[in-house]
Amino acid sequence: MTRAFNWLFPHPYLTVLLAVVWILLQGELTAGMAVFGVILGTIIPRATANWWPDRPMGFRLGRMLGYMALVLWDILIANVQVAWIILTRRNSKLRATWVTIPLDLRSPEAITVLAGTITLTPGTVSADLSSDGRSLLVHVLDTPDPDAVRDEIKQRYEARLKEIFV
Amino acid sequence: MNIVDIATYAVGVFLLIGAFFTLVGSIGLVKLPDAMTRLHAPTKVGTMGIGALLLASMTYAFISGDGSLREILIMAFLFVTAPISANFMSKVNIHRKSCETPPDAPDEQTWSTLAKRNGDTAP
Repeated sequence: MTRAFNWLFPHPYLTVLLAVVWILLQGELTAGMAVFGVILGTIIPRATANWWPDRPMGFRLGRMLGYMALVLWDILIANVQVAWIILTRRNSKLRATWVTIPLDLRSPEAITVLAGTITLTPGTVSADLSSDGRSLLVHVLDTPDPDAVRDEIKQRYEARLKEIFV
Repeated sequence: MNIVDIATYAVGVFLLIGAFFTLVGSIGLVKLPDAMTRLHAPTKVGTMGIGALLLASMTYAFISGDGSLREILIMAFLFVTAPISANFMSKVNIHRKSCETPPDAPDEQTWSTLAKRNGDTAP
C-alpha cells in the first residue's frame, strides 16, 4: 500500500501544490476542476519523477507558515528602509559591501529557500554559492557592520530553516 | 459609511502605496552607483510595489462582486521568481567583473560562478 502510494505520488507536496494552483487559476472551486487539479497533480510529478529521483525531505508545514509570516513582515519593514536609503542617502555615503555567510544547512532545498529569503529582505541580495555549497555570498546595500548582518541572517532565518527542513 | 466605501478608500490607499514604491524602485535603478547596488532597488521595492497594486486589484474585484484569488497566485510566482532573476544578474555581474570583486570564499573554495571547469581557457 505504502509502495503503491509512493509510486503514484513521488512528491506529495508537489501534488497538493499543483492541485491548489490549478484551482486558483480557474478562479472558482467546482468539483470538476478540483478533480482535474488532482489528476494534473498526479500526472505531472509522476511524469517528471525521473528528474527528481530523491524522496522529498521532511518538512514541517506549521513552522513554514510561521516562517512565511515572519518573512512577509520583514519584507514590509525592509521595503520602507530601502526606500528611505534610496531617497535620502547620497551615493558616496553608501556603505555597500560583500558578506560571506558560512552555511550550516546542507540540503539544496533549504539553501534555496534561505537564498530567496535573503534576496527578498533588508537590502541584501544573495549572489553566489561557493563550489562546495558551504558558504553563501551576499551583497549588502548599506550596513555599518557586515558581521552583524551575517549573524542576523544566521540567527533569524537559518536557525528557523534548520527546524523546518528536517 | 458602509463597507463598500471603506473598501474603496482601501483601494485608493493600496494604489498610492504601490505607485510610491514602484516609483522609488525606478528612482533607485537610475540613481544607485554600480551594477550590484542597482540590483537592490527593483528586487525589493518592486515586489512591495507590485504586491500593493495587486492587493488593490483584489480588493476592487471583491467589492464589485467579481472576486478571485488569482492575484495571490501572481504574488506567489513573483516572490518565487524575483530572487532567481536577481541571483542570475548578480552572477553575470561577478562574471563580467562589472562590480567590486567579492572576497574569496572560505576553506580554499571558489565561488561557483568563478570556478574553472575542464576545458576553460583563461579570459
